[in-house]
Amino acid sequence: MFEYAPAPESRDIVDIKPSYGLFIDGEFVDGTGAPFKTINPATEETLAEVATASGEDVDRAVRAARKAFGVWSAMPGSERAKYLFRIARIIQERSRELAVLETLDNGKPIREARDVDLPLVAAHFFYYAGWADKLDYAGYGPGPKPLGVAGQVIPWNFPLLMLAWKIAPALACGNTVVLKPAETTPLTALLFAEICRQAELPPGVVNIVTGAGETGAAVVNHPDVNKVAFTGSTEVGRLIARSVAGSGKKVTLELGGKAANVVFDDAAIDQAVEGIVNGIFFNQGHVCCAGSRLLVQESIAEELLESLKRRLSLLRLGDPMDKNTDIGAINSSAQLARVRELSDIGEAEGAERWSPACALPERGFWFPPTIFTGVAQSHRIARDEVFGPVLAMLTFRTPAEAVEKANNTPYGLSAGVWTEKGSRILWMADRLRAGVVWANTFNKFDPASPFGGYKESGYGREGGRHGLEAYLDV
Amino acid sequence: MSKTEAAARLAVRKTYKLYIGGAFPRSESGRSYPVTSSKGEFLANASKASRKDARDAVSAARKAFGGWSGATAYNRGQILYRIAEMLEGRRAQFVAELAEAGTKKAGDVVDAAIDRLVWYAGWSDKITSVAGAANPVAGPYFNISSPEPTGVVAVIAPDEPLLGLVSVIAPVIVTGNTCVVVASERAPLPSITLAEVLATSDLPGGVVNVLTGSVKEIAPWLAAHMDVNAVDLTGVADEDLAITCEQAAAENLKRVLRPAAADWYADPGLKRMTAFLETKTVWHPTGV
Repeated sequence: MFEYAPAPESRDIVDIKPSYGLFIDGEFVDGTGAPFKTINPATEETLAEVATASGEDVDRAVRAARKAFGVWSAMPGSERAKYLFRIARIIQERSRELAVLETLDNGKPIREARDVDLPLVAAHFFYYAGWADKLDYAGYGPGPKPLGVAGQVIPWNFPLLMLAWKIAPALACGNTVVLKPAETTPLTALLFAEICRQAELPPGVVNIVTGAGETGAAVVNHPDVNKVAFTGSTEVGRLIARSVAGSGKKVTLELGGKAANVVFDDAAIDQAVEGIVNGIFFNQGHVCCAGSRLLVQESIAEELLESLKRRLSLLRLGDPMDKNTDIGAINSSAQLARVRELSDIGEAEGAERWSPACALPERGFWFPPTIFTGVAQSHRIARDEVFGPVLAMLTFRTPAEAVEKANNTPYGLSAGVWTEKGSRILWMADRLRAGVVWANTFNKFDPASPFGGYKESGYGREGGRHGLEAYLDV
Repeated sequence: MSKTEAAARLAVRKTYKLYIGGAFPRSESGRSYPVTSSKGEFLANASKASRKDARDAVSAARKAFGGWSGATAYNRGQILYRIAEMLEGRRAQFVAELAEAGTKKAGDVVDAAIDRLVWYAGWSDKITSVAGAANPVAGPYFNISSPEPTGVVAVIAPDEPLLGLVSVIAPVIVTGNTCVVVASERAPLPSITLAEVLATSDLPGGVVNVLTGSVKEIAPWLAAHMDVNAVDLTGVADEDLAITCEQAAAENLKRVLRPAAADWYADPGLKRMTAFLETKTVWHPTGV
């Protein structure tokens, strides 16, 4: 293994304030709930104190969004487009600052924040900016109308990217939004609020309310919200679906997953190994579409496992701000506890646990890349979403068995197929019940490409032409 | 009084049963309920489906899903067209049954139902082109999105015994879904007669299953069933019942369609098809 000198990214580029308020009607205002602290999960240092939006604050935000809806929805699409293009440009201009802040607040490696999250965030705004004046041609008939006020609740794994996935299409279609970022990662959303001000976006078009689950529930259940968009766990998605029942609100839910990554005996092994590693260890496995179930054809299982272990021993875990880091910090102590619990259950149920020799930093929340072998389909490690750097390996003999096992889950967000045989890729892609199928690749995202799940992974699509439907009254 | 005058011939009545997995069983519960004409005359005892019947219907629909969704779009279109042909052949029977159920201008209704089936039949091999997309991603990847059927759909049919019924079934099955339909409670007889049409149209058993009985009983069972992927609440008129069903549907994140009151003669649009479609996006690297 090569020795690398430390290559830390400087945090000087970002100016973190000691405390942050809510962003309502174009102004930063105090929240009436008890403020909370957001910490750097890699060091446990407090980054800032953040306001909690009470039900009353959320109501104020929704009223601001309702008022702004009149102006925003009546504005020609070509003008809305220009605001979104402006936002995209400012994101590009300030991308280093945003990437550093994302890494500090989230714990993900700076390399990923810089090279994956931020380019995709800017691209998403560019993409939907272009739709704003072309909605007549989107396939939903002439003059499709926006829904009104969108209440959006997003998770902590890709804080700014999830914000982009929610806000860009909503605004392009003429809606206004009240968005609640996750309580462990509110900072880039608040910096985004500042970007909205730089772009001179009309006040009230975007409102950011911070807080925990209660704030989110207030957003989702507000009677004057017309559209609910949520990305997060299936458990919370269920609660939301139940609580909005009968309200007539349009809902999109992007929920959990337990993706199968299927490797056939004729796959290009080195590429497959890279894909498996990217599939489950990218972003510490905090990815709803992570390839957390590895299904390997029996004849190559041993060989593949050996390569995989060799590759894992080369991953660098540690300071997320170091540009050479592959695996950063687990986002919170609560998430670390869950990853530990499910891994312990994996062992207790009889699967064999393996991690490379890997020193964990003393402070912060860390979990080594882990593989479970000897896993049965009934094991919780093969059924529950771990949302961490934990891979469960199973084997199969025939393509039919691979399909059967891959689909044996209530989830249906994504799947991977590795084989050099084209007809088999298409045969598998036809049968995998998942919203995204990556063939000979994994974890690829693009604003032009629809994303979203089957079954209990939720409903609705984000991205592409399909992503417009979620924000139009069609 | 004359003995030579022949007695009027006694009609042979039809027993109206359920339609599950291509067969016509009675309700396993042995229950039935009387159905009357719009003038209050007794017409028949319809089966009153039980929870067990509903579950049997869901398993039949699940069993049929693989074959039906895997059939070619051309084949599904041919079969839907065949249903229209069979319905046309039984036009007079449906006109009579609808008239008994109180439907005005029953002939027009039957014509519209047949035409609706023909319209949807043609969609089978076109909806993918219209609802799918080739996506120009910023990288060396081939990327394509196509619609796929959601799975088993529970359909609460509207109280519009033929045109409404056909208008909710056809869009669900033309794309490859299978379904369990709860017929109009007031006028269930034409739906069982439609099941006879389906049974003779090369439609594989289990693709459409028809239950008759109490909507208030059956709808929540189906909405809560963990092997149902979507519910169409078109025929649920009662607000509380609709909310109960929506809440039950949340348990496994069923897709829920609850449209505003429909004009069954209007252009149906794509909504009833797209509501029960999933978009699947496939990526593959490009390169030599």
